Amino acid sequence: MQVFYFLIETIIKCVVVFACLMLSVAYLTWLERKVLGHIQIRFGPNRCGPFGLLQPFSDGIKAFFKEDLIPGSADKPVFVLAPMIAIISAISMFAVIPFGNQFTLPGTDYVVKLRIADIDIGLLYVFGIASLGEFGIVLGGWASGNKYGLTGSLRAAAQMISYEVALGLSIVGVILLSQSLRLTEIVALQAGGFWHWNIIYQPAAFVFFIVCALAEINRTPFDMPEAESELACGFNIEYSSMKFALFFMAEYAHMITVASIAVTLFLGGWQAPLPFLEFIPGVFWFGAKVFILIFFFIWQRGTFPRLRYDQIMKFGWKVLFELTLINILITAFVMLLKG
Amino acid sequence: MLIDYLPILFYVAIAIFFACFAILASHLLGQRKPTRLKEAPYECGMNTYGSSFRRVPIKYYIIAMLFLLFDIEVVFLYPWAVIFKELKMFGFISMAIFLAILIIAYIYIWKKGALEWE
Repeated sequence: MQVFYFLIETIIKCVVVFACLMLSVAYLTWLERKVLGHIQIRFGPNRCGPFGLLQPFSDGIKAFFKEDLIPGSADKPVFVLAPMIAIISAISMFAVIPFGNQFTLPGTDYVVKLRIADIDIGLLYVFGIASLGEFGIVLGGWASGNKYGLTGSLRAAAQMISYEVALGLSIVGVILLSQSLRLTEIVALQAGGFWHWNIIYQPAAFVFFIVCALAEINRTPFDMPEAESELACGFNIEYSSMKFALFFMAEYAHMITVASIAVTLFLGGWQAPLPFLEFIPGVFWFGAKVFILIFFFIWQRGTFPRLRYDQIMKFGWKVLFELTLINILITAFVMLLKG
Repeated sequence: MLIDYLPILFYVAIAIFFACFAILASHLLGQRKPTRLKEAPYECGMNTYGSSFRRVPIKYYIIAMLFLLFDIEVVFLYPWAVIFKELKMFGFISMAIFLAILIIAYIYIWKKGALEWE
């Protein structure tokens, strides 16, 4: 009977999380266009429904009915597979993130934990799946049979793997503090108010993590793979209809997931910022913190210009790599002194 | 426990189903009138010349090799960080030696100009 309940709980949680993630992705595209519009003194989408709120659905329906074009010079199987890899990996990353505390089902003694899976190597899982996402972009650009696409995907590959090294190093400090790769344990150690959050002990690591994460999800100022003004549209230049929409959704899903990981590792996950606010459910706090980070991602897109490619690569290898190493050594040394 | 991974399997299955559904639905719903010009690679309206699968600069391969080297080092750091409190001084010194060897290699590739992009 226990197994039966477990299966039902798992299926419900998977479907609900998937639906919420997809809905957030849809409205994130709306939010980004709206915020960018207001930053640039425009209105943004305002025709479909009140405040343009139906715009994401209009875009989605349009994507389904557009002509599904595969260029003659493309490598067809890889061309079709690439957007699928991108979206699958972007969605799958969310599977281990604890987005809330547990609660008891009313009327029973059945405890529901608000996370899809709680595995002991959660952090490794996240980084493993994140690396898979690079294949979508690299293969997509390569298989298009287009010079812009090839250039975009090569740049994407080099940029993403360069920043992955610094990204991996920047979180070692957090692992040192929490002595676990299980995300639920990392969150549990940050309970009891914002002065227990990892960002207080590892402020530099948080900044490195955000910078590397921006490079990983190809946001401005690191949006080299797309670089509209140089490469037309980069890796997704030949994509149309739903295949393009999948790349688009993968980018936004990736953004939500990266913000969730940053919240889990550094900002206390679903924990309330002040102890007396703990009566509000953890899901609310998790959502609020993720929203603040995502708003920052959009805001800085409207503020910073794109960097030059050689500057990006130099910054990644010559500056971030060393700073993250120094951060690890200092953290380990201080921990040694404190015993 | 292996059963901990079962929910992930479910979740990934939903993601795969969604991706297949989206590709298939747009394939069936969208109109298709391919012409020769439509199928040509897009190069801002200019006539395309040559193959798109060209040789690429060697720099990208060097970066890929460096990535392999340094990312393996990151993987070594993870288990070390998890049990650092038990290892104490021994763990700190051994990891410092490991990093020192790595930094020598890092200085070498820097001086060789593998990180320059001009």
